[in-house]
Amino acid sequence: MTSRSLVCAAIATLLLAPAAFAQTTSLSGAGGTFIYPLASKWFNEYNKLNPKIQINYQSIGSGGGIRQFSTEQTVDFGETDGPMSDQQLKESKVQPVFHFPMALGGVVPVYNVPGVSLRFSGPTLAGIFLGKIAMWDDPAIVKDNPGAKLPADAITVVHRADGSGTTYTWVDFLSKVSPEFQKQVGVGTSVTWPVGLGGKGNEGVSGMVKQTPGSIGYVELIYALQTKIEYAPVQNAAGAFLNASLASVSAAAATAKIPADYRVSITNAPGKAAYPISTFTWILATPSMKDPAKKKALHDFLTWAVTKGQSYTEELGYAPLPKSLVAQELKDIGKMK
Amino acid sequence: MEAPATETPERPPAGLSASPKPSTRPTAFQESAPQTAPPPLSPDLAVDRYHRSTGRTADRMFRVATGFCAAMIAALILVVILFMVKGSIPAFKDHGLGAILSSAWDPTNQKYGALTFLFGTAYTSLIGMVIALPLAVLTAVALVEILPSGPAKAISLAVELLAAIPSVLLGLWGIFELVPLVRRFEISVYRSPLGLRKLPIFSGSPLGVGFLAAGLLLAIMALPFILSVSREVLLQVPNAQREAAYALGATRWQAIRRFILPYSWKGIFGAALLGLARVLGETMAVTMVIGNTPQIKASLFASGYTLASVIANEFTEAPSELAISALISLGLILLLLSVTLNAAARIMLIYLNRSSGAPQGAK
Repeated sequence: MTSRSLVCAAIATLLLAPAAFAQTTSLSGAGGTFIYPLASKWFNEYNKLNPKIQINYQSIGSGGGIRQFSTEQTVDFGETDGPMSDQQLKESKVQPVFHFPMALGGVVPVYNVPGVSLRFSGPTLAGIFLGKIAMWDDPAIVKDNPGAKLPADAITVVHRADGSGTTYTWVDFLSKVSPEFQKQVGVGTSVTWPVGLGGKGNEGVSGMVKQTPGSIGYVELIYALQTKIEYAPVQNAAGAFLNASLASVSAAAATAKIPADYRVSITNAPGKAAYPISTFTWILATPSMKDPAKKKALHDFLTWAVTKGQSYTEELGYAPLPKSLVAQELKDIGKMK
Repeated sequence: MEAPATETPERPPAGLSASPKPSTRPTAFQESAPQTAPPPLSPDLAVDRYHRSTGRTADRMFRVATGFCAAMIAALILVVILFMVKGSIPAFKDHGLGAILSSAWDPTNQKYGALTFLFGTAYTSLIGMVIALPLAVLTAVALVEILPSGPAKAISLAVELLAAIPSVLLGLWGIFELVPLVRRFEISVYRSPLGLRKLPIFSGSPLGVGFLAAGLLLAIMALPFILSVSREVLLQVPNAQREAAYALGATRWQAIRRFILPYSWKGIFGAALLGLARVLGETMAVTMVIGNTPQIKASLFASGYTLASVIANEFTEAPSELAISALISLGLILLLLSVTLNAAARIMLIYLNRSSGAPQGAK
């Protein structure tokens, strides 16, 4: 008897199993590599809390994330390190597109001048990356570093060779502090550099800087923290020389003026405690999703990610969103319902 | 790209050669392998109609299967070419051929010229081949004709292992070991009392990364390909050829120079083409050591950029459809370059064959 009832139960389970599977909602997303470690942590933790929601993310690059979401429509949400341009929004087949800041990152200058600790002002960095400041004992660098013993050596500039959000943030800052840089180089994920060598990825840039005496480059803050390389303080809009840290990056988001659509660069943000080369990373979503189950799942996940999910940011090296911003964002995520 | 299989060296006439992959190295005076007699026909097979008919069906199926595979390869190449032509149309429409072939590369202002990358690919490939080809051919001669079989086998094994190293690992090794070495060399040239740095190929600051480092890495990557094919080619030289040379009183150098190399030069040429194909499209390792600066400079010490590198670097974050199209057009240019070089080499081969007649012993 018991064996028969067991068999019945087994058959019933088998019959019901597909129904149970059918209730699983799976969301797919694609976008930048910057957020990938945090995103996979989030999706994993969120799946533990809500086993019926599966989120898959492919880190194919911000450009790819924008395309897959807005024009090719192959994913439920996109992700990008730089906001979509007006042109991209106009061309998007998905309307309307919402930008939701999910976390913050920073970009830091790294250099190889043995025996000296340096700090930089924005215009000096712009001059170096334009090739105008070519020697380490240039008056501009001396002015930023009173009393430092600077060698009379040539500066070798190292930049990212691959298109990246890191480059976008870096040149965005340099363009804000130097009209000449804005005019000659401009802002983009991949720009034409007047001087310097290109390294592939953060590891390529830091590898070249480490190998080349007299060189200077830039890497993501997370990368610098993880590999424990030394980086230089940068002068912010309030005139203070500030070392990048999770706190000073978060501070930039708290003091920057945030527009209603969140498409904003927070480089050179005002405020004494704001690190000037900071950036959001955004998830792109739309309230016009057809599948109500998916729409609800995405709404719930975004709500969780900007609130409880923020507790995972610091252990992974990301700066958390400031509280004031989260309150504003929750209202807008509500429109996704 | 092109099917490397077509580059295999010509087989010598049947009966003269040893087995296609001789495991032992034929020495100069070794008897040539005796011709094995065909096995006697099994009487069963000769009469059994059942077996014969299944044999026929199998034959037909085999023909269809092999034909299908061959057609698939051809179709695959066509599909890739079509994709690239289709993908690059927007870029050609927007720019015109002139702009594509210019040296201006400025993605923020939608300028996508290919010339600097074309130069970088050609220059690094040239450096790589100039280093790898003589090294590979001389090593192959040493392996087949000079070294005793023990060390020869050990070296062959090492070469095969070299071919198995993923290029990204070679690139890492390049950044951390090769580039500092190259920089030390460049600094010594820079400081040399002979004023070497005034020469155009040695001008510029000694940074380590650049054309020279990339060319050296490419040489390391092409070496195993050229070497192993050259070795096979030399092994195919019939022993009668060697014996004849030595019987005439030739020294080893004379035998190699006058009898063995002339017999196999076509095969070695094919080996070089195979190496070139590898070098032209190499991406990862080059990207890591070339400096990725779009510029045209004759100096070995200058940094540059190659077609394959720029595609790999820019693709993921390409800001617009036009940028992607421009990158695909760079790919098309790379393909054209590869096809052109291959065709030129073949034409040269035909021309040389006709004008000089077959070299001694070569068929």
